[in-house]
Amino acid sequence: MHWLKIMLDSFWPFVTAGLIFTVPLSLLSFALGLGLGFLTALARLYGGRVLSSVARFYVWVIRGTPLLVQLFLIFYGLPNLGIVLDAFPAALIGFTLNMGAYTSEILRAAIASIPVGQWEAAFSIGMSWPQAMRRTILPQAARVATPPLANSFIGLVKDTSLAAAITVPELFQSAQRVAAATYEPLILYSEAALIYLMFSSVLSALQSRLEARLGRHLSPLETIR
Amino acid sequence: MIELSGIVMGYGQTPVLRGVDLALSTGSVTALIGPSGGGKSTLLRCVNLLGIPQAGSLTFAGGLAPALGDIEITFDVRARPHRDEILRVRRRTGMIFQAFNLFPHRTALRNVMEGLTTVFGWEEEKARARAIELLTKVGLEGKAEAYPAALSGGQQQRVAIARALAHSPELLLCDEPTSALDPELAAEVVETLRALAAEGVTMLMATHDLRLAASVAREVAFLDAGRIVESGPPQEIFARPREDRTRAFVSTLTDFVSDSMGI
Repeated sequence: MHWLKIMLDSFWPFVTAGLIFTVPLSLLSFALGLGLGFLTALARLYGGRVLSSVARFYVWVIRGTPLLVQLFLIFYGLPNLGIVLDAFPAALIGFTLNMGAYTSEILRAAIASIPVGQWEAAFSIGMSWPQAMRRTILPQAARVATPPLANSFIGLVKDTSLAAAITVPELFQSAQRVAAATYEPLILYSEAALIYLMFSSVLSALQSRLEARLGRHLSPLETIR
Repeated sequence: MIELSGIVMGYGQTPVLRGVDLALSTGSVTALIGPSGGGKSTLLRCVNLLGIPQAGSLTFAGGLAPALGDIEITFDVRARPHRDEILRVRRRTGMIFQAFNLFPHRTALRNVMEGLTTVFGWEEEKARARAIELLTKVGLEGKAEAYPAALSGGQQQRVAIARALAHSPELLLCDEPTSALDPELAAEVVETLRALAAEGVTMLMATHDLRLAASVAREVAFLDAGRIVESGPPQEIFARPREDRTRAFVSTLTDFVSDSMGI
């Protein structure tokens, strides 16, 4: 029962690494990325020529280059310009920029999917543009955006394992370390995978609840099951 | 008194309104009729500035609440009216739409309260009381907690009417209010609008619904190719149109007219 002992011994350290690094990194970069993505979506939709070009350029660069390369650029590359970042902030910036680019496209599509009649109805009762956006358009766009946003979020949780490559001692890096010391990669990486699965299962469950909440006004025919 | 004069409006190179004058006295009910593409909806949208005309002027004078003051806007392609001025106009008008455009994520009650709480800053309780009063008026107090998806088309349009009236607008704009409804459901809406007209709500409606134009409106304007060809009481326009163009359009509806006007 040598392998069981290794698993049990490493379980709490792995979960702790997950709770201290993987989870905060995921939550923070998702929240910040969502904000950045919203601003980027607004720039694309309503920003006029200059702002929308800037937004388009940003999305093009981030989506078109590998996340691992971006992380290396920020952590190992920027010091050449005199910008030296700790591993965690470097990872946070990388993941936030990434999330911002992907979620901006989701939000742009979701906002654009709300019929123009909703804007007109909001304006006709005297709402200003920000009021119409906040009270009428966003709540409806949020429901449309929830499934793809949850996709991105779960993808992000898994992608945070890349932070191991820039020395963040997160879950996957802990697994690497123990695996190197015990020569039990099969067991330890399976265990790490299982813990990632646990984290993303929580998110999937939250997604279902959020969708039900945001879609409670829909008739049964409109509900996607 | 709400007055539009010399309204010119187009989309890109396509002119839609070519100089329209229209005066709506307090308590008047005016129907805009005419072929599709003639400019009816565009003209309605110029009144609450969902569309901004390229030339002409819009005046709100002697409103119900004198404290609101008068509004006079002169349109110019080069300068969009100030945002605050646009909001002032919209807060003195209400609008209902062909597709109802209720907020699907809010209950009937919340749809009606929305403008009062968000735009006018009313307390929740006061807004709720006002909304229930209006839902009762359109016969839907029992549906206050229903979401739009659970209501029939006629019920949705009546909720939309209650929403449009919540802030006591000086003018109710109706854009094809019955066109998306079957005749029975349309009858509910016509009945509701007729009752409002009787109460003295000033209305301007674009419609293809003869029942609505003939039985609710007291003034009919025939709009074709971006101009008001002629206007007058419904009896005159439908039974004795002066212009050939009006006669041609009205003759396509003659069967209906002879029924509803008793000719």
